[in-house]
Amino acid sequence: MTYPENYRYTKEHEWVHIEGETATIGITFHAQQELGDIVYVDVPKAGTKVETGKSFGSVESVKAVSDVYAPVSGEVIAANDTLATMPEKLNEDPHGAAWLIKVRMENPTELTNLLSAADYQKYIGAEI
Amino acid sequence: MPDPALQRTPLNEVHRAAGAKMVDFGGWDMPVQYSGIVEEHNAVRSAVGLFDVSHMGEIEVRGPQAMKLVDHVTTNAVAKLKEGQAHYSGLLYEHGGFVDDILVHKVADDSFFLCVNASNQDKDFEHIQAAANGFDCEVEFAGGKYAQLAIQGPKALAVAQQLTDVPLAPIRYYWFVDGVFAGVPARIARTGYTGEDGFEVYVAPERAAEVWNAILSAGQPYGIKPCGLGARNTLRLESKMALYGHEIGASITPLEADLAWIVKLDKGDFIGSDALRRQAAKGVTRKLVGFEMRGRGIGRDGYEVLLEGKPAGWVTSGSPAPTLGKNIGLCYLPVEQARPGQRIEIMIRNQPVEAETVPTPFYKRPK
Repeated sequence: MTYPENYRYTKEHEWVHIEGETATIGITFHAQQELGDIVYVDVPKAGTKVETGKSFGSVESVKAVSDVYAPVSGEVIAANDTLATMPEKLNEDPHGAAWLIKVRMENPTELTNLLSAADYQKYIGAEI
Repeated sequence: MPDPALQRTPLNEVHRAAGAKMVDFGGWDMPVQYSGIVEEHNAVRSAVGLFDVSHMGEIEVRGPQAMKLVDHVTTNAVAKLKEGQAHYSGLLYEHGGFVDDILVHKVADDSFFLCVNASNQDKDFEHIQAAANGFDCEVEFAGGKYAQLAIQGPKALAVAQQLTDVPLAPIRYYWFVDGVFAGVPARIARTGYTGEDGFEVYVAPERAAEVWNAILSAGQPYGIKPCGLGARNTLRLESKMALYGHEIGASITPLEADLAWIVKLDKGDFIGSDALRRQAAKGVTRKLVGFEMRGRGIGRDGYEVLLEGKPAGWVTSGSPAPTLGKNIGLCYLPVEQARPGQRIEIMIRNQPVEAETVPTPFYKRPK
């Protein structure tokens, strides 16, 4: 599995992709693999504020339920509604079509705290 | 690499080499899934699956008073077992709570083979040994002598029969025979923890890998899948089979756990019988009952159950049921409400979500 070079990653297994002031947020391939068959995805509606390091939603698999943490702070401008009816998409394309939310960032300097693709892969390698 | 503190089955390297996802299961490094829980679950319901359950413990009781001892420490009627027959039973404390739930196999009048839960095997052995004082028999901790492989599903018979000259079709459910299986001396029992037909095969640990591979090869034309403990859990839950630490435990009696059928109070005294007689006379106050989610969510182990908005019980196991396409679970409720058709709510992440009690088992295999 490839982890896009232009994304940034958290130790809680989220990714964030920045385009201008918009941050697209999802969970990593490794995260969905650990969870297994995903059955529910709960994410906030547009207009909700999310805060760095705080849980903004959850992903539930057959086996367990996990919180998803915001890698950056800001206001949700879009939620990926297809996941409500097709949660399995998150197993299939976690780095692409199965993004969770888009956020208008408040503080772009937060990005410096996040991991590069190489560092994240090293991190999950160490975790195995 | 597995955590060195964890115990490993003889198939550990086989699982790791095959890319199974491994987890710490009660101190054992075990495969939780191979290809995916739902895919493995469906393979067992529609075709056949293979599980490594070598973490399960074995205890052997032999001697002139072996039957008397096993009858003394378990709830079911051991005297009714025929040679080559097994039954499900409870190992209880004096106060009526479970030490463990076990399978008792009668090998001969003076020889019994107990299959017990992995994480309980040490305390089970100590419990039985302590009770054996004064009985003319020996109790052997035999966990290291056996690997156990479970072949489960409607095609289990066809797959297993290719590997042995022992006629398997005549073996009835919960009976067993000793014979050669995949070239290896084995105990072949028609038992399982999935709600499907199938066999549990006990072999020497050093031969486990070759038997595992032989079963996978023989099963290939039938679409056999190696399965992990994740699918084992969803399969047993659909069939409403108890899991120690969830439906049953030291503070739960078989009468509460809807397991009165394994308690034979008329057989005479056994460890826990006084407490159960008292409880039966007074009536239980809480009981295990199945539920289906009506609202969106999954009521999981430990979640609170509400009746008319008030805390009334707890969930013991809950999961999506792949065969049924519903979210199901088991919970304890006051006995008056522990019957099908009761509207309940389950606290899921601080939100009450609607559910309803239903008849069990959730799934029963077509005959």
